[in-house]
Amino acid sequence: MSALASAPNQPGDSVRNVLEARNLVKSYGHVVALDGVDFDLRAGEILAVVGDNGAGKSTLIKTLTGAVVPDSGEILLDGQPVHFKGPLDARHRGIEAVYQDLAVAPALDIPSNLFLGRELLSPGILGSVFRRLDKRRMREMAAEAMADLKFRLPSITSRVENLSGGQRQGVAVARAAVFARKLVIMDEPTAALGVRETGQVLELIRAIRDRGLPVVLISHNMPNVFELADRICIMRLGKRAAVVSPKSHTMADVVAIMTGAVKVEAG
Amino acid sequence: MSSATPSAPEAGAGLFSRTKTIPAVGPILVLLAFCLVFAVTNPRFLAPHNLSIILQQTIVVGTLAIGQTLVILTAGIDLAVGAICVLGTIVAGKMVNLGYDPMLSMLFAAILCTLSGLIAGALVSRLDLPPFIVTLGTLGILTAALRLISKGGAFPVQDDFLGLTGNTFRIGSFVLTYGVLAMLLLYAIVWYLLNETRWGRHLYAIGNNPEAARLVGIPVRLHLLQVYALAGLIYGITAWLALGRIPNADPNALQTANLDSITAVVIGGTSLFGGRGGLVGTLIGALIVGVLRNGLTLAGIDPLWQDLVTGILVIVAVAFDQLSRRRR
Repeated sequence: MSALASAPNQPGDSVRNVLEARNLVKSYGHVVALDGVDFDLRAGEILAVVGDNGAGKSTLIKTLTGAVVPDSGEILLDGQPVHFKGPLDARHRGIEAVYQDLAVAPALDIPSNLFLGRELLSPGILGSVFRRLDKRRMREMAAEAMADLKFRLPSITSRVENLSGGQRQGVAVARAAVFARKLVIMDEPTAALGVRETGQVLELIRAIRDRGLPVVLISHNMPNVFELADRICIMRLGKRAAVVSPKSHTMADVVAIMTGAVKVEAG
Repeated sequence: MSSATPSAPEAGAGLFSRTKTIPAVGPILVLLAFCLVFAVTNPRFLAPHNLSIILQQTIVVGTLAIGQTLVILTAGIDLAVGAICVLGTIVAGKMVNLGYDPMLSMLFAAILCTLSGLIAGALVSRLDLPPFIVTLGTLGILTAALRLISKGGAFPVQDDFLGLTGNTFRIGSFVLTYGVLAMLLLYAIVWYLLNETRWGRHLYAIGNNPEAARLVGIPVRLHLLQVYALAGLIYGITAWLALGRIPNADPNALQTANLDSITAVVIGGTSLFGGRGGLVGTLIGALIVGVLRNGLTLAGIDPLWQDLVTGILVIVAVAFDQLSRRRR
């Protein structure tokens, strides 16, 4: 089927797959969105997923985050088969997602956004009976996480609306990084940002990878992809057309595979 | 990486904008300004007796405004506050007059009010109907139904338990009612919910950005349902406080309560766009309305001026909110 053309790591390497998918199929009525897709994400890498509109990349990503349940095929997390019934399932398994639109609550401060939906409660009876938030601990942990990611912010108690667009998306990315135990999936995280702000977020993505978390990056922006990715997964017509290295292939090569101008034969 | 300026306090802390450290600074200043003007122009204004009256006159709208605040924080609006409260007074009054146990009657009335809120909440959260329309419909249905039930007329409700919240006690020369205490207690409880618990945090998040709330796994629809039900319960409790103030169940009462409660919330600095503001502001807002009405009455000014000034205040408050949004 689809080929691992010129994948940088040769078979036999001691690379470990954090996330694998085998033969994923998903159709909506007569439209086949995923036509037997294979996928693998290795430990500690940034894997870019590119493809034309309708190539199936967003459906692929949704199956990996649990937002879509595939008709058939299997997903392995750390070698164990998993069946995500919804996004919460995937999150409980340590997979976090970041979306293109800034998924933050602007009037809340940075710690509140970081811990949104996962707020910490005070120890003892204040937490167990009175359900009181432990705001101080959340503030400290948020400051720590931001320092860890070398993401500079004016003040940890700033409201998110007082941050720049890049910093806001930084908060969303940091949220994923803090809570992901296995991997982070980013769906066009910089699409809404300007050039300089994009740079901030790219740096953050690199910092996450350097801390050992693998990242799946969906992007239309080829320069960004080539700047960041360790490997590039190219989708075409509901299949994985190829996986290439940004070192051995040029942007033109990738676009050619994406559009079908160049066929990569199974090898 | 970032070149952002050091955390400036809220850009341009305007009269009505909320700063982080002291909530509702603007509304507090407005309240103090009105008090100052009335105190200077009329020595009777600051008399303990008069201040107690202001508090007592604030009870009904002030308590209704708690529920209204919750709904407005979700970017909704509740036009049925008064009607649901009147439902409580009529049902409780009617049952007691028919000889049912007063405590049971009040409980049943409060449950009915909660249910009304719950139904409105279900229509808003499950069918995605606009809150404005749902609560407007609720208002119409309840108002008509209550007039039918009570055959159009008001009736007296003479009962010790239902009138309990009207009983007074003294602190120095201040005479307060248990209703005032109940109102302040409710403010404290709901304030805690809003500011110190996950439930409140999630409420703000939903009002701010419902999509973001959904993405982080907050059950947005369920939360909205809870907000409207809790608001209904608060209106039910208000019915008890209202009977303590005036031992009379009147299907035509509280017709201005909808706008008055919205006025209190908006003057208190809570944004009609949701997700910003809070209960401290609402309490101040309710007091501003109370002080304004009382002060103008003491000065012997035509009551129509009260509505006029309140109207101006609401527009000014919303204008400040809108301007501060534009700056973001």
